[in-house]
Amino acid sequence: MDQVEHFLSLLMKAVFVENLALAFFLGMCTFLAVSKNVKTALGLGVAVILIQAITVPANNLIYTYLLKKNALTWTGIPSLAGNDLEFLGLISYIGVIAAMVQILEMALDRFFPPLYNALGIFLPLITVNCAILGGSLFMVERDYNFADSCVFGFGSGLGWALAIAALAGVREKMKYSDVPDGLKGLGITFITVGLMSLAFMSFSGIQL
Amino acid sequence: MAQTKSAKVLLTPIFANNPIALQVLGICSALAVTSKMETTVVMCIAVTLVTGFSSLIVSAMREYIPNSIRIIVQMTVIASLVIMVDQILKAFLPEIAKTMSVFVGLIITNCIVMGRAEGFAMKNGPMMSFLDGIGNGLGYSVLLLIVGLARESLGTGKLFGVTLASSVNEGGWYVPNGLMLLPPSAFFLIGIFIWVLRTFDKSQVEND
Repeated sequence: MDQVEHFLSLLMKAVFVENLALAFFLGMCTFLAVSKNVKTALGLGVAVILIQAITVPANNLIYTYLLKKNALTWTGIPSLAGNDLEFLGLISYIGVIAAMVQILEMALDRFFPPLYNALGIFLPLITVNCAILGGSLFMVERDYNFADSCVFGFGSGLGWALAIAALAGVREKMKYSDVPDGLKGLGITFITVGLMSLAFMSFSGIQL
Repeated sequence: MAQTKSAKVLLTPIFANNPIALQVLGICSALAVTSKMETTVVMCIAVTLVTGFSSLIVSAMREYIPNSIRIIVQMTVIASLVIMVDQILKAFLPEIAKTMSVFVGLIITNCIVMGRAEGFAMKNGPMMSFLDGIGNGLGYSVLLLIVGLARESLGTGKLFGVTLASSVNEGGWYVPNGLMLLPPSAFFLIGIFIWVLRTFDKSQVEND
């Protein structure tokens, strides 16, 4: 029972309290560029959830069994046992992410063509989405174990998807409002995101 | 002639074609570090150097990179540079490295770096690409420094940790604006910056 509670609180924290987009500004480039209408925003959101839920646990395994200090002890080779390869972290995570995106793209193309067509160009874009790399880096920094990182990966992806869908909804409505010239487009979007982020801050301090 | 062209490549990105305000690139990893001037300055130097050198290296190798794997090659170059920055920060400025936590690593997915490598360095000579990278890094820094300046001075009444106006808590007269330390303020400030920039330079106004 305790376990379930722990995972639930971790999930809620990843989705609302520590929303990657609105509390940590991660994935902002795509967040601002692809939020012009709800449909594409949802497509991207789903892609992010998928990739995030796969890469965070995958990177967790790589970190625990290859990179961490003394991680190579399981190989049984004495000269490897004390190695600390943590400095290779960044390059391995980004490699894993790029590879995962590529594999997922091929798998979707082969087995779920409709989904593949719907996601379209968003999949390759995700490689350079900071939210994905950020998720993996937070996982390492906070010392999540494998089960935790599965939950965290899914939750943080969900939070990001929620944020982009909400922003797209607001922006669709904004077409009808009279915005000052200089603020049109990017400027007003920033202000909107600021207000959304302010709203999401009301979740902070919630102890689950 | 060559002189003026280099100057142009170096200077246009700073105001006329600012990477953040106009190209919507690289907002991701930046905003979270601007609540203090110290981290802002370190971040600016790091990003400028990484952008400059990655452009230089990518451009020097551009004849030898097969088109189909260019993204991976660029990623590897950028990731290696960022690892160097990360290690140097950890060794010489451990305190600051700690506050910046994952955001140093996130320079990898900073779209400015990728965008310049892909958009400029793949087509131009090494020297020009280096200048272009540095110029874009500076354009990014200008915006970041303005945001950082506003956030730290209004939020705490201090600058670089030195007291400018003593706050009420310490017996002074200045009431710190707590909002400035929270994430949303960064969005508002950038929104306003864009507004000001576009009021003076009408050609940047978006009409949809």
